[in-house]
Amino acid sequence: MTLKFKPTLAAALFAVAFAAPVDAQTAATPASVAAHYATLVHANYQDTLTGAQALQQAIKAFTAAPSQTTLDAARKAWLQAREFYGQTEAFRFYGGPIDDDNGPEGQLNAWPMDESYVDYVDGKKTAGIVNNRKQAITKKALASLNEKGGEENVATGWHAIEFMLWGQDLSETGPGNRSFEDFVDGKAPNADRRRQYLNVVTELLIDDLNMLVKAWAPGAKNNFRAKFEKGGNESLRKMYVAMGSLSRGELAGERLEVALASQDQEDEHSCFSDNTHRDAVTNAKGIENVWLGRYVRADGSTLQGPSLRDLVAAKDAALAQKTSQQIRSSVLAAESIPAPFDRAIVQGSAGRAKIEATIQSLTAQSNDIVAAAAAIGITKLTLVQP
Amino acid sequence: MRRAALAAAVVVTAATAALIVSVDTQAEPASADLLGEMTGGSTTVWATGRNAFSFPAANLPDDERTRFVIGNSFFKRNWVETPASTTARDGLGPHFLARSCAACHMHDGRGEPPPWQRGISDEEPLALLLRLSVPGQDAHGGPKPHPVYGDQLNTASVQGVKPEARVRLRWEPVHGRFADGTPYTLQKPIYQTDRFGYGALGKSTLVSPRIAPQVIGVGLLEAIAESDILANADTQARQPGPIKGKPNRVWDVFAEREMVGRFGWKANVATLAHQTAGAFQGDLGITSTRFSHETCTLAQVDCRAAPSGAEPGGVEIEDKTIEDVVFYQAALAPPARRNVRDPQVLRGQQLFTQAQCAVCHRPSYTTAEGPFPRLTSKAVSGQTIWPYTDLLLHDMGDALADGRPDFLANGRQWKTPPLWGIGLIRDVNGHMRLLHDGRADGVLEAVLWHGGEAEDSKQQVLRFNEADRRALVAFVESL
Repeated sequence: MTLKFKPTLAAALFAVAFAAPVDAQTAATPASVAAHYATLVHANYQDTLTGAQALQQAIKAFTAAPSQTTLDAARKAWLQAREFYGQTEAFRFYGGPIDDDNGPEGQLNAWPMDESYVDYVDGKKTAGIVNNRKQAITKKALASLNEKGGEENVATGWHAIEFMLWGQDLSETGPGNRSFEDFVDGKAPNADRRRQYLNVVTELLIDDLNMLVKAWAPGAKNNFRAKFEKGGNESLRKMYVAMGSLSRGELAGERLEVALASQDQEDEHSCFSDNTHRDAVTNAKGIENVWLGRYVRADGSTLQGPSLRDLVAAKDAALAQKTSQQIRSSVLAAESIPAPFDRAIVQGSAGRAKIEATIQSLTAQSNDIVAAAAAIGITKLTLVQP
Repeated sequence: MRRAALAAAVVVTAATAALIVSVDTQAEPASADLLGEMTGGSTTVWATGRNAFSFPAANLPDDERTRFVIGNSFFKRNWVETPASTTARDGLGPHFLARSCAACHMHDGRGEPPPWQRGISDEEPLALLLRLSVPGQDAHGGPKPHPVYGDQLNTASVQGVKPEARVRLRWEPVHGRFADGTPYTLQKPIYQTDRFGYGALGKSTLVSPRIAPQVIGVGLLEAIAESDILANADTQARQPGPIKGKPNRVWDVFAEREMVGRFGWKANVATLAHQTAGAFQGDLGITSTRFSHETCTLAQVDCRAAPSGAEPGGVEIEDKTIEDVVFYQAALAPPARRNVRDPQVLRGQQLFTQAQCAVCHRPSYTTAEGPFPRLTSKAVSGQTIWPYTDLLLHDMGDALADGRPDFLANGRQWKTPPLWGIGLIRDVNGHMRLLHDGRADGVLEAVLWHGGEAEDSKQQVLRFNEADRRALVAFVESL
C-alpha cells in the first residue's frame, strides 16, 4: 500500500515545494504546518504592534499639539495599523493567547460600543468617563471599566481609540468628524482628560499587543507557541476552529448579517471611521493567510510555508482546490463592498447585494473548511458538516 | 460481545471508574458517548476560553445562523432612555437593573456578587437580583408582589425617577472542618437595603437573592419532555432515603397554561419565551406584547409619569425581536467536556455517583422538542444530552433557605441547577461563584453549602480525604 502511493505523494510534495518561494521548502506535516502557522501568527502580531507603535507616536504628537494636521496623521496611523490587526482575527476562537481565560480580546477589539460610556454624544453633552472628573484615567481603571455592566460598555481598545479620533459618525456620506478642538484646553470641556484618555488607552493597546507577540515569539521555552508547535493535530484543530468561527459566526454573522438586517450604523464594526469595508476584507484575508500558509508582511515581503491546504491537497486535491477558490471568492466579494458601509447596508443601495454575496461565500467557505478538516481526520469543531 | 455487555453496564449503573477505565482502553465507535463527552449531543461545540459559551449549536443549519446572530445583537445591545436618537432600542426603565441582557449574562455566562474581601461592598451588585413579595399568592398561584415595590427591587432608574433602593452586601465567615481535620471557611452573604425611593419595605416582606446563570444549553433543557421531569420525581419518591424532588408548576404567559417549571433558581418559569419577555420587562423596563405594562406601582408616581419608548398603546420591543432573542438563547450550545479520560476525573465521577450527587444531578436525557416550534431550532430535538440536573425542587436546608415561596416551591427548596459548562465559567467570566446568589467560591464550597435532602451527600464529602475531594472537583469541573 505505502509503496503504491509513494510516487503520487512525492509528486504532490514536489508540486507544493515548487509552488512555494525558495525559502520555504519544508514538506507539509502536521508539525511543520503548526510551526509555520506560529511563524505567521507572530509576524502578523509583530506587524500590528509596529503599526500600533506608529499610531502611538502620532497620538503623542496630536495630543501635544492638537491640530487638524496632527489629528489627520493619527487617523491615518489608526487605519494603517488596522490593516494588520484585522488579519489577526483569524487567530481567535480557540482559547489561544488572544481569548483564553486571560486573553485581551475584549480589551482590544470589543464592539459595538456605546460611545456615551466614554465621552459626550449628540444630545448628552456630559456623558461618559471623560466628563466624569471623579473617575481616574489610568490603565488599570480603564481596564476594569471595560465591559463593566454590559458588553457594549467598551472603554478600551481599537474602537475606543477610533471614537476618540473620529467621534460619532453623524454624516450621511463620510465618517465621524470630531474637531481637534475637543482636545484643546479652553475650546472644549475636559479636553485635558480627553488627551489623557487617548494616550492611556493607546498604552493599554500596546501592552496587550506586546503580550501577544511574546506569547507567539520563537525560541521561548514556556510560551503558548512552544506548546502549540508540539500540539500535533490538536493545533491543526485550533486553526480550523478559528477559520470556521470567523468565517460564519463573526464575519458573515455578527458583522455583516446583523448590519444588513438592522440597516443601523450602530451595528457597523468600525462605525466612527467608516472603515468597516476594510475590516471585512482584512478578516477574509486573515482566513486565507492561515489556509495557504502565506502572509504579506508590512515591509512587503511574503511569508510562505507548509499549510493546511497542502495537508488537505495530499488527501483530496479537489477539495483543497474548491476550498481555496471559495476562500478567494470571499476576499474578492469583501473587496467589492462599497464604502461607506453604513450607506451600503440601507434598503435600495447596490451595496446590499455585494454584502449578501460576501455572506453567501463565507457561509459556503465555512462548510468547505469543515469538510477540509474532516479530510485530514479533524472533527471536533464549533461547526459540523451540514 | 463482551464490549456490548460492558457498554450496557456502564449506561445502567452510571459507571464505576473501573468500568470506564476498561472502556477507555479500547477504540470507541463515535456513536457511543458513554462518558457524556458531547455534552449537548450533536449541538456540542468543542470550545474553551472567553467565547466558550457563545457558539451556536454545532448542527444549527446555515439559514438559522442568521437569526441566531440577530438575536445575539439584541441580547448584548444596550437599551437607552427615551427620548433618544435610536427608536429601535429606546425605552429603558423607568426602573431597571441593567441596560442589556449581557450586562448580567456577560458573554452568555454567569454573574458574580461583589467580592467579600472588601467587607461591606461599596458597589451595587450587578447580575444579582432581589426578588420581593409579601405573604399570599397572585391570581396564578405565584408570589404576591410587594404593594409598593412590585416583585423585584430595581436599583437603577432613568432621569427624573427615583431608584427603588440601594442593595448592600456584607459577608460573615462560616467555619467548618473536614473529617480529616482540614479547616474550611465559607462566606455567608447578608443583604442590606436602604435609600428607599418609596418608603421602607415593611416587616412582612419576603426577599430572595438570585444571580444570573450561564445561558448555554437552555434550548436543550426546554426540550426535555415534561414526562421525564415527572419521572425523576416518581423515581426519587420510590427510592428510600431523604431525596424527594418535587416539580414546580407555574403559569406560562406564552403557553397560557400551567406547566412544569424548569428555569430560574426555583424553577419558577416554564419557558424561555416567558423568562426572556419577563426579564425584558422586569430587569430592563422594556415592555412587550405579553408583558405590556411598565412595572411602576400606584405609589410610584414619578415612575408612572416617565415617558414611554412606545407609541401610545404600543410596546417597546417588537414580538419579532423578542422571538429572535429567545431563538438565540435556545441555540446556544453547551461546550464539550474536557479531560474525560483523566484518571483523577474518572475517580471523581465514581465519587460523584457514590455520594448520591447524581440522584438530583441526573446526568443524561434524550430531548424531545421545544414548546414553541417557531422559537426553537429543530437542532435541539432528539439529542442525547448531559446537563446533570433533575429540574426538580429540593429542600436544601436552613443555610440556603430564603423563606420565600415561589409557586409550589417553599422557602427551603431550590431547583437542581444544571452542571454542564461549570468548569468553563472561569474561562468565560473569570470567576467561579456558584449557587443561587454566587456565595460559593468554587465547586467544593458549593457542595459544602448543601444541606436538607443533600445533607447525607455532604456528610460523605466531608469524610473524603484530600485526594478524593480534589477528584470530585476535577470531575465536576470537567463538565
